[in-house]
Amino acid sequence: MTTIHTNVDVTAAGSRAASLVSVIADWITTADHKKIGRLFIGSSLVAAVATAVLAAFLGLERISASSYSILNGDSVVQLFAAYQFSLVYAIVAPLFIGLAIAVVPLQLGSRSLSYPRLAAFGFWAWASGLIITLVAIGANGGPGGGNSNMVDLYLLALGLVALGLSAASVSIAVTVLTSRAPGMSLLRTPMFSWSALMGAMATVLTLPVLIGTLAYLYVDHTYGRLAFGGNVDVNKWIGWSFNQPQTFIFAVMAVGVLAELAPIVAGVRQPLRPVMLIGITLVSTAALGAATQSTHAMSWTGTTSDKVQEFIPFALFNLLPILGVLIVLALGGLAAKAGRVKPTASFVFAFLGTGMILVGMLVHALSLIGPAALAGTVAQESSTLYVVYGAVMVALGAIMHWGPKLWGRRLPEKEMFGLAALSLGATVLSSLPYVLAGFLDQPANAVAGWSYDVSALLNTVSTIGHALMFITVLGFIGLAFKHFTTGALAGDDPWDAHSLEWSIPSPAPAGNFADIATVGSAEPLLDVKPPRQGVSA
Amino acid sequence: MTLTLPSAVAPAPKRQALVATAVASAAITMLMAGMLGVWLRFRAAADTRMSSDGRKVIKDWLPSDIKIPEVSSNTMLIGLFFGCVMAQWAVYAAKRDDSSHRSVALAVCLLMEVAIINAQVAVYSQMKIGVTDGVYQTMFYAITGVVVVLLAVGMAFTSVTWFRSVGGRDNDSHVVAAHALYWYVLTAVFCAVWFVVYVQK
Repeated sequence: MTTIHTNVDVTAAGSRAASLVSVIADWITTADHKKIGRLFIGSSLVAAVATAVLAAFLGLERISASSYSILNGDSVVQLFAAYQFSLVYAIVAPLFIGLAIAVVPLQLGSRSLSYPRLAAFGFWAWASGLIITLVAIGANGGPGGGNSNMVDLYLLALGLVALGLSAASVSIAVTVLTSRAPGMSLLRTPMFSWSALMGAMATVLTLPVLIGTLAYLYVDHTYGRLAFGGNVDVNKWIGWSFNQPQTFIFAVMAVGVLAELAPIVAGVRQPLRPVMLIGITLVSTAALGAATQSTHAMSWTGTTSDKVQEFIPFALFNLLPILGVLIVLALGGLAAKAGRVKPTASFVFAFLGTGMILVGMLVHALSLIGPAALAGTVAQESSTLYVVYGAVMVALGAIMHWGPKLWGRRLPEKEMFGLAALSLGATVLSSLPYVLAGFLDQPANAVAGWSYDVSALLNTVSTIGHALMFITVLGFIGLAFKHFTTGALAGDDPWDAHSLEWSIPSPAPAGNFADIATVGSAEPLLDVKPPRQGVSA
Repeated sequence: MTLTLPSAVAPAPKRQALVATAVASAAITMLMAGMLGVWLRFRAAADTRMSSDGRKVIKDWLPSDIKIPEVSSNTMLIGLFFGCVMAQWAVYAAKRDDSSHRSVALAVCLLMEVAIINAQVAVYSQMKIGVTDGVYQTMFYAITGVVVVLLAVGMAFTSVTWFRSVGGRDNDSHVVAAHALYWYVLTAVFCAVWFVVYVQK
């Protein structure tokens, strides 16, 4: 008997190990867009937690401006490099690319993503590039780093990150352009899918410019160090890719999430739908500013003619994206007015997050106006934080909204409302003090060496903000882990939504759609649903 | 409750390979536009001096001891144009289900790519410059190296298309068309590189 029991245990353990290996192998080699999307989303949420810790650490160091408290000069440079890189390429870009990969085929009525293995390659290239980049920075190889071999590795790994994100973006763009259900013209494309197309195209048009510059930098740094200033000037050439307006490109899809959710919570068809599409497209014009790799500032000096000449490129490159967000917010309000609003936590996340992105864009525009005297100050970091943390808020709402289609279960509304409020506080507290500190001339990317009266207070508040963001994202991960595995079953259409993904079971089955549907309008489910009570059809 | 929408027959393929190549081509165009932009920025910032006879201003960008081998670089350009003709011949044959002509055209295309890369190697060997010799040399190797990588990608694309053609994929016309599009874009990109790097120097 004993022998038999032992055999059972051994067999069970062996079976569990084989099962685990099988699951891991399945995830590593998967071509299922829902799994690839979740790999991106999960990895970037973990990165968001780590980055918030790093940001809080740098904030702590900035509380006392008279000297270094914890760090030294070399490590500060490298930690700032890791922080800037992570905010953009470890959080906001992969988070929305992952969401798009997971959701867009479902919205389009497609059975799969176009070139799913290209998207899978994109994930693994991004993930390995991310790890290598952080290892290189950790080994004193980031911009300005003293370890030349690691600087070479950093440049290569950053290229790998950009290549991975570009590959995934190609897959998303091709899906929207070629895999829509019959009857779904581009103008009938759901708002999030449209924003995914715009964001993916803007990514495809800007990241190759970064790759080309990295090719120059790598050859120069490895062989001659004659042309590009060696390790010291790395960020002079690629710094644009960590800043605005490049971050706006990755936030295009965040704006698309709000445009998607506003008519759903109002229970109406989106009024002036084509204008909403134009609004989202205008946000993606940030690609123009990013691809030119130059700051289109306005010194506000000289004659009126000089000012007008400066204002035109300034407006073209900096104000158009702001106009786009304003249009989306205004038309979202119009949808709310036309319908009967039933606010959900996911909508609150999206609305507040988009508001934060708008504030970030305004701070960026302000920092480029000469008399504001914000150039080279910490206000630039504030703009990045507003955009990135705002986009994270939207992403949390989007994960909550589409969670039923990916996991079959939904997150609890009450706790999510709490997290939305907490994330708003985190974003404002972490970012606003740096705007004020910018006006008081606190320099960018420095932890010591300035002097003004309320320095300790502002930097303490910002540190608390980062800590709150850490708690928000960690809390979200915890709740998601609990409720997406053992929470309440969601039902097929828990939000009374409009697009095709809500016509299939939750979670979406393999192959998504058993039957291909014909689409007769931009809101196909409203065509077959009775109108919501109190709302005209 | 699962909502039922009017069903439809499965839609015909919408030429995914062609659209994907178009999107990738946009990326390649931006890659090279960015690199050429940096090249022009360096060239514009190079020091200037008067010629020995005092009649003209010389920009000290291209070191005086470097001679650009024009025959090899022009051969590359001509090879790319010829490759375009072959790629288009393959499209023409594919539309008429003429598999033998399609395969021959793609094979010649592949041959042209080998010849173009050979010409690029000839450029390197004739110029006799080292990557560490100076700013111009470093940047020259970086930008032409990226062109070689794009050519290698083109070779892989041509090889796959050719193998599919030889293997009897007769309904592959959109892939052959995508291959031709890549060639056109590669030729356009090289035209810009040829003019800026090899002609204007």
